[in-house]
Amino acid sequence: MPTIYIDGQAHEVSEGDNLLQAALGLGLDLPYFCWHPAMGSIGACRQCAVLQYQDEDDTRGRIVMGCMTPVTEGARFSLAADRAQAFREDIIESLMLNHPHDCPVCAEGGECHLQDMTVMVGHRDREYQGRKNTHRNQHLGPLIHHEMNRCITCYRCTRYYRDYAGGTDLAAMASHDHVYFGRHEEGVLESEFAGNLVEVCPTGVFTDKSLVHDYTRKWDLQSAPSVCTACSVGCNIMPGERYGKLKRIHNRFNHDVNGYFLCDRGRFGGHFVNSEDRIPAVGKRDGDGRFSAVDADSAVSSIAALLRQGKTIGIGSPRSSVEANYLLRELVGAENYCTGMSAQEGALVQHALQQLEQSQALVPSIRAMESADAVLVLGEDVTNTAPRIALALRQSVRNKAYAMAADLRLEAWQDAAIRNLAQDQRSPLSVLSVAATRLDDVASHTAQLCPDDIARVGFAIAAELEGALPAVDLGAELAELAKTIADTLRSADIPLVVSGTGCGHSGILDASAAIARALTGPDRPAQLSFCLAECNSLGAALVADGAGMGLEEVLELAAQDGIDNLLILENDLFRRTSCSKADSLFQAAGNVVLLDTLTTPTCDNADWVLPTSSFAETEGTLISQEGRAQRHFPVFNSVAPIRENWRWLLDIGHCAEVATCKSMVHFDDVTTSCANTIKTLFGICAAAPAASSVPAADKVPRQTHRFSGRTAMRANISVHEPRQPTDEESPLSFTMEGHSAEHNGALLPYVWSPGWNSNQSLHKYQSAVGGALQGGTAGTRLIEPGDIDAAQESSGSTAPALNAGEYRLVPLYRIFGSEEMSVRAPAVAQLCRPAGLEMPASVAAELGVSNGDGVTLTATTGNVDLEVTINDSLAANCVGYSHGVSGTGGLVPGSATKLCRAENWQRAPELIGTDRGATTA
Amino acid sequence: MYESFISQLRTIWQVLLHSFTKAETVQYPEEQPYLAPRYRGRIVLTRDPDGDERCVACNLCAVACPPDCIALQQGVREDGRWYPEFFRINFSRCIMCGMCEEACPTNAIQLTPDFEMCEYDRQSMVYEKEHLLIDGPGKYHDYNFYRVSGLKIDGKDKGEALNEAEPVDVKSLLP
Repeated sequence: MPTIYIDGQAHEVSEGDNLLQAALGLGLDLPYFCWHPAMGSIGACRQCAVLQYQDEDDTRGRIVMGCMTPVTEGARFSLAADRAQAFREDIIESLMLNHPHDCPVCAEGGECHLQDMTVMVGHRDREYQGRKNTHRNQHLGPLIHHEMNRCITCYRCTRYYRDYAGGTDLAAMASHDHVYFGRHEEGVLESEFAGNLVEVCPTGVFTDKSLVHDYTRKWDLQSAPSVCTACSVGCNIMPGERYGKLKRIHNRFNHDVNGYFLCDRGRFGGHFVNSEDRIPAVGKRDGDGRFSAVDADSAVSSIAALLRQGKTIGIGSPRSSVEANYLLRELVGAENYCTGMSAQEGALVQHALQQLEQSQALVPSIRAMESADAVLVLGEDVTNTAPRIALALRQSVRNKAYAMAADLRLEAWQDAAIRNLAQDQRSPLSVLSVAATRLDDVASHTAQLCPDDIARVGFAIAAELEGALPAVDLGAELAELAKTIADTLRSADIPLVVSGTGCGHSGILDASAAIARALTGPDRPAQLSFCLAECNSLGAALVADGAGMGLEEVLELAAQDGIDNLLILENDLFRRTSCSKADSLFQAAGNVVLLDTLTTPTCDNADWVLPTSSFAETEGTLISQEGRAQRHFPVFNSVAPIRENWRWLLDIGHCAEVATCKSMVHFDDVTTSCANTIKTLFGICAAAPAASSVPAADKVPRQTHRFSGRTAMRANISVHEPRQPTDEESPLSFTMEGHSAEHNGALLPYVWSPGWNSNQSLHKYQSAVGGALQGGTAGTRLIEPGDIDAAQESSGSTAPALNAGEYRLVPLYRIFGSEEMSVRAPAVAQLCRPAGLEMPASVAAELGVSNGDGVTLTATTGNVDLEVTINDSLAANCVGYSHGVSGTGGLVPGSATKLCRAENWQRAPELIGTDRGATTA
Repeated sequence: MYESFISQLRTIWQVLLHSFTKAETVQYPEEQPYLAPRYRGRIVLTRDPDGDERCVACNLCAVACPPDCIALQQGVREDGRWYPEFFRINFSRCIMCGMCEEACPTNAIQLTPDFEMCEYDRQSMVYEKEHLLIDGPGKYHDYNFYRVSGLKIDGKDKGEALNEAEPVDVKSLLP
């Protein structure tokens, strides 16, 4: 720990930091622009200038850039010296020469790093008399708004977009003071992580387009700590609400999970909360088949009466919280609880869970994945199934560069120097997939194989690593590939295997576990991670506690004995199984009770519909693919008769006099009961503090201290202001009063600090700049490395063999489209394409079709017509359907299918995103 | 004793004198007092010299308001201008402090010398945008935010705001 002197004061700072980091860590205000804790220093903006003195006697000093100056023992600096201050003010003045005087109509205003820094250095008047440079904006798609005039050319956007996220279509263009940050031509930004530009840009060049068109300042947003529900990673988010509408989603820092960045599905997909498809009332189907609104309490008692008589099957949901699934299980009994997943998916998730629990390999956090120095991705298109993991893997390939830098004793924050040093040398990343993935550009080895072959190559790698395993018979080419990949993993310090349920193939999971087992040694912590389909896939499997039916079993049960009541929790069965199967289930079931947020096809088949709150209006615990239990809290209260999913179920339980429900009143009671009943979920209570842990007066305020309009917001309804709503279920309050400092990391509703209005104030909440939150990292891990790592048998080929004229059906994923709820967000919907079938040109030639034609796919559950897209990267004899996109519900991954050209195929109209809503072209 | 007697007499004498001074009482409302043009009374929303709404819904008045009695929601018009979809002042809470006017970057919100806002029903003290918006520019006759600001709106392209140069041709490498 070197000691440095800043303005005469001695400070102990961390070894290897730069002065800017050190000063911010000490709580000193040093303005900066281009430096970012996740992206290091390049010294481009010249804003963090300080004076450095030679020694004690030096009174003159010289100006150095804080972010480029390492802290060394005894170094002397001055932040407050007049010369340094004047320099910083001059820099801001020159950065502001062309600033367009539009803060009142800028969506960054009030949380703008440029505003904060300008105030910090004291610059006020533009004295330069010349004219301002102006630029034309570009249309960058429905998600991001571009306003180039606000740019201060700090280069953070291109450094993030190109260097960090691997995008290629955003660049700095033109020369000298004409520099322009944009695309070579207008168009949707290609990167799946483009939304982070909104937070990375220190000013308002890139802003959230849906926020721009329905704007609320940061200080007026009511926020709460939440967890993204768009995939299994469980990134931490901060949704903001005003006037009962979700306005935007910002990243909530979690050192171990998402760090500073989110994917676009998570950032923009949450707007389904405002959808017009929200179920507004409790509905009961009349004799004529129409829904009529009924009173919520009478509906609860009628449904409770139904439950008391006859057999009730409860269909849970991998997109509902652990608590809601648990309550459903208690209502219907564990033997009648279905996880809501198809039998195939349920078995896969259960299998993945078993592997993770038994494996001696560590289940890594996203942060830990970034430190892996050799990665194998087995059969999973992570960019589209668990996007944040893809961003982490993209960082992992830089470990080679960091190792080279360490040899030269270069600090890790010397970003430009390290990139120059490493050029295109990367740590090994091998991607085995069914089709080309977006990670291939940084991968050292790629191969496109059918799922069976991926599993076989996986086992071959394991056999290569651990001689004891039986060798796998592969062709020479694949055997060579397996050997090369095994070599890269063997020579790594922290090898990582990423796989998942994406291919729908259990052999791939087995192979990954076998590789991880072969890699784990006494001094080497191998890492094994599985991507799952939904935000609480693991939670639903854990609630089932080893039992739990798949949907197909419910179908069989219905066909055999009939079911009196079907209680469905937030699940659209038409996505999980084919239309015909779902229809037959609904016909066999006596009463169908559905709890859901948005209208779905399942809604049309229900007899009772209870409207539930979205993730932004309810509390719940979700278990991420890492096995991390995380709690999300309601950002705002839903409007009656909409209730939280757990509250509906608890009310029904009380009414039906279910024994376990009797003692439960509050949400925390449900969590505690669940933790006590299910052994593997024992840790979920620790995911976040309970409501009772905080005295009422010290609750964490959801509103900022500047929250405006309190006496006018509702004045149109009544001038008599009601009491602020109280929150008895969480340690947060719906007011601006309370205790906002020093709270648990899981309770951080927003970041703000005096003088730091932007999200850059985060460092004030961190234990060290870029480090974990002072209140601790949110969430608690439920799965730790096991000790019984039994050798797995190679499952061999599990898929039916292909007959002549048949093709292997493989699922292909889309970041926008494959997830159920995010596609209901208007901006995301503009980027979704209708379902299609991708095939190599060879297959297309056999069928005599080309791009845009239709093919009829003969599935066991009926024929499906899909549009053809030619994708030559697909493995031989494989055809890929867009998984999760409407119309592909009944397709079974891995099945053999017959194809023929569809006659009378009508191409679906193409959606083109525009500035103001969607238009058809 | 003697001193208090004198004091009593002096008081009676002064009361008598006041009987001959001019009465301070004003026959309000028949007789209206003079209020300076910058007197802080009822709040209005003004229009720019071209007759368009000045308010850009930046929310600064709302956040400056000590009793939090201003609420509004921003929207974007077809021509690119920001405007308040609704703008509400709860005058039953307003303390006429004028902070909103000081905070306003577009001179849209202004206080007027009208203070006569009594109502029997408190609900009538809630003013919406249609009650607040006047036809003229108020105290500031010439200011038009969009002529100064770099935001492009219909009829004012990039480079046409105050002190702006023509948009840069990014493809040119000329100095």
